[in-house]
Amino acid sequence: MSLELRQVSKNVDGETYIYPTDLRLEAGVFNILLGTTLSGKTTLMQLMAGLEKPTSGEIWFNGENVTSMPVQTRNVSMVYQQFINYPNMTVFENIASPLRVAKMQNSDIKNRVGKIAEILQISQMLDRRPSELSGGQQQRVAMARALVKDSHLILFDEPLANLDFKLREELRDELPRIFSERNSVVVYATTEPSEALLFGGKTATMFEGKVTQFGDTGEVYRQPNSLKTAQVFSEPPLNTAIVHKIGDVFKISDDVSWPVGQKYAQIPDGEYTVGIRPHHVYPHRMSDSNIAIEGVVQVAELSGSESMIHFRTMGNSWVSLSHGVHVYAAQEKTTLFADVANCFYFDANRKLITA
Amino acid sequence: MNKTVNQKAWFLVLPVLLLVAFNAIIPLMTVVNYSVQETFGDNNFFWAGVLWFEEILRSERFHASLGRQLFFTFSILAIEIPLGVIIALAMPRKGVWVSVCLVLMAMPLLIPWNVVGAMWNIFALPDIGLLGNMLNGMGIDYNFTRQPVAAWATLLAMDVWHWTSLVVLLAYAGLVSIPDAYYQAAKIDGASSWAIFRYIQLPKMKRVLTIAILLRFMDSFNIYTEPFVLTGGGPGNSTTLLSIDLVKIALGQFDLGPAAAMSLIYFLVILLLSWVFYTLMMRNEE
Repeated sequence: MSLELRQVSKNVDGETYIYPTDLRLEAGVFNILLGTTLSGKTTLMQLMAGLEKPTSGEIWFNGENVTSMPVQTRNVSMVYQQFINYPNMTVFENIASPLRVAKMQNSDIKNRVGKIAEILQISQMLDRRPSELSGGQQQRVAMARALVKDSHLILFDEPLANLDFKLREELRDELPRIFSERNSVVVYATTEPSEALLFGGKTATMFEGKVTQFGDTGEVYRQPNSLKTAQVFSEPPLNTAIVHKIGDVFKISDDVSWPVGQKYAQIPDGEYTVGIRPHHVYPHRMSDSNIAIEGVVQVAELSGSESMIHFRTMGNSWVSLSHGVHVYAAQEKTTLFADVANCFYFDANRKLITA
Repeated sequence: MNKTVNQKAWFLVLPVLLLVAFNAIIPLMTVVNYSVQETFGDNNFFWAGVLWFEEILRSERFHASLGRQLFFTFSILAIEIPLGVIIALAMPRKGVWVSVCLVLMAMPLLIPWNVVGAMWNIFALPDIGLLGNMLNGMGIDYNFTRQPVAAWATLLAMDVWHWTSLVVLLAYAGLVSIPDAYYQAAKIDGASSWAIFRYIQLPKMKRVLTIAILLRFMDSFNIYTEPFVLTGGGPGNSTTLLSIDLVKIALGQFDLGPAAAMSLIYFLVILLLSWVFYTLMMRNEE
C-alpha cells in the first residue's frame, strides 16, 4: 500500500497552511512527521485522511486518485493527542464502534475486539467506561479503536503528548511491534526529535507548512539538507554561528578558528553558518578536534546524570548537553569545547555543504 | 501539619451566617411556628399540632392546584428542554453571528417577570392584542380570559418564550466545550449525525442539561408573578398554580396556619423531587 501526495497545498482564509508538497509514504515502515507546533503536521494529516480538501494538488492511494473521496469511504483511522472515546459506551463498545458501523457479525466483533484488547493490554477493562480509566488506558482504548478495523491508513497525531513519561516509554516500545505485521500506511506526528529517532523508519521534517526533508530517519538526522531541517531535528536546539572560510581556516572570531581540513578543502572562501549539536559541545576537552570557546553561563540544568548548560558566546545562545554532573553558577565565565569534526556547514542559502 | 488556632476567624463567617439566618432560617422557622398553631389575631396562639397538615393534605383544593402545578412544570420541561437543545444545536459555533445569537438569546432573560406577564397579557388580548387579534382574525375562537384551554396555551407559550433561552445558553455552553477532534473521529468512523448527537453531544451535554432541568424545575414550580399578572389564576381556578393558591389562602383569607402548613408541604415536594431527579441523573457518574 502507498499514499502519495502530489503538489498538495492548503490555504485557509488567504493564509497558507501547507505549501505545495510531494510525498510518497509506503506501508511497512513508520512514517514520522517531525515539526514544532503550528508547522502544519495536523493539517497535513487531515489532508491525508480526507478530513480537509486540498486547495490544489492530488492525493493518490494505491494508484487511485482519492482526492475527492470523503473520509468515511477511505478506510482511515486516526488517534489524537486528546483521548477521544465515546463517553457513555463501555470500553468494549468503544472499540467495537467502527465494526458496528461496518455492520460486522457479532461473533466476529467479539473476536477482533478481544484480540486487539489483548495486544494493547486492556482486556481486563472491557466492561468499564472511559471515564473510569487512567489517561494512558484511555489512550490505549482510542488506539484499539483505530486499530480494530483493517484501515489502509493510520494516522497518529501526537498520541503520547498528553501522557506521563513512563506510560510514554511503554507505548513507544509497543507501537512499532504492533505495526510490524500490518499492511497499512502508518503516519505518526511528533514534536520530539528523540521520539522520531526511537521509532526509526522514515521522517519528514516540517517547518512553517513545508516539508523540508523526507528520508530514512537516521539519514535525515545525520545529513540534514538545510539549516531548518537540522534545527527542527535537534533538541535541545542546534548551536549556530556565522563562520568565515579564509584559505584553509574556518574563523568565527579572532580567538575562535580551526583548520578547514581535507573534507571541505574544495569549497570557496566566504561566509557560512556552522551548526553544532548540543551533545558535541563539552565542558572538558575530549579530543584533538575540539576547539575552546569562551562563554558566560546563563543557567545549568542538571537532570540525573546529564548536564545541560545554557551559555552565551560570540553573541549567540548556545547549549551544551553532556554526561556527568557539571555544576556552574549563573554568570560564571567558563571555557567549553566544541567538536568541529562533528558539525554541519550551511551556505548562504542555508543549504548543507556536502563535500 | 500544625493547625493555627485563631478563634477570631469565626467572626469572618459571621456576615454570611447572619445573612443566611435572616434570609432563610428565621423565616422558615417562623413558618414552622405558624404551621402548628392556631391564631385569631392579637398575637394569641393556640397549639394545633398537625391539624393544618392533615387538613391541607386532605383538601381537594390543594390536590387540584398541585395537579395543575405538576402539569405546568412537566409541560414546560417537555417543551423547553428539547427545544433548547435543538436551538443550541442550530446555533453557529464560530464567526460574527455567535455574539449576535447569544445576545438575542439572553434578551428574554433580562426582562423583569411582571413585565413579561404584562407584555403577554396585552399581546394576547383578543380585541387589541397582536396575537389575540390575529388568531381571531384567522377564524380561531381565542379568548384567554374566558377559555381555560386558551389560558393554558398562553401561559405555556409565555413561559417557553421567557425561559427556553436559559436552556439554550446552558446547552450551547456544553456543546462548544466538545473538542473538534470528537467530530473528526466520528466522521472517520462514518457516524451519522444522529449517532453524533446520541453518542457524543448528548453525553457531553449531560451535566449542563441536568443543571438546566433542575433550574427550570425549581423555578417553574415556584412561578408566581407571570401567571398572576397574565391570568390571575383564572378563568375560574383553571390556572391557579400552587403559589397563587398559597397567596390566596395566606393573604386573601388570612388563614396563616393552613398557609404555613401548605408552604412547608410545597417546599418538601420541591426538595424531594429535585433530590430524586438529581440522584437519578448522577447515578452513573464517577
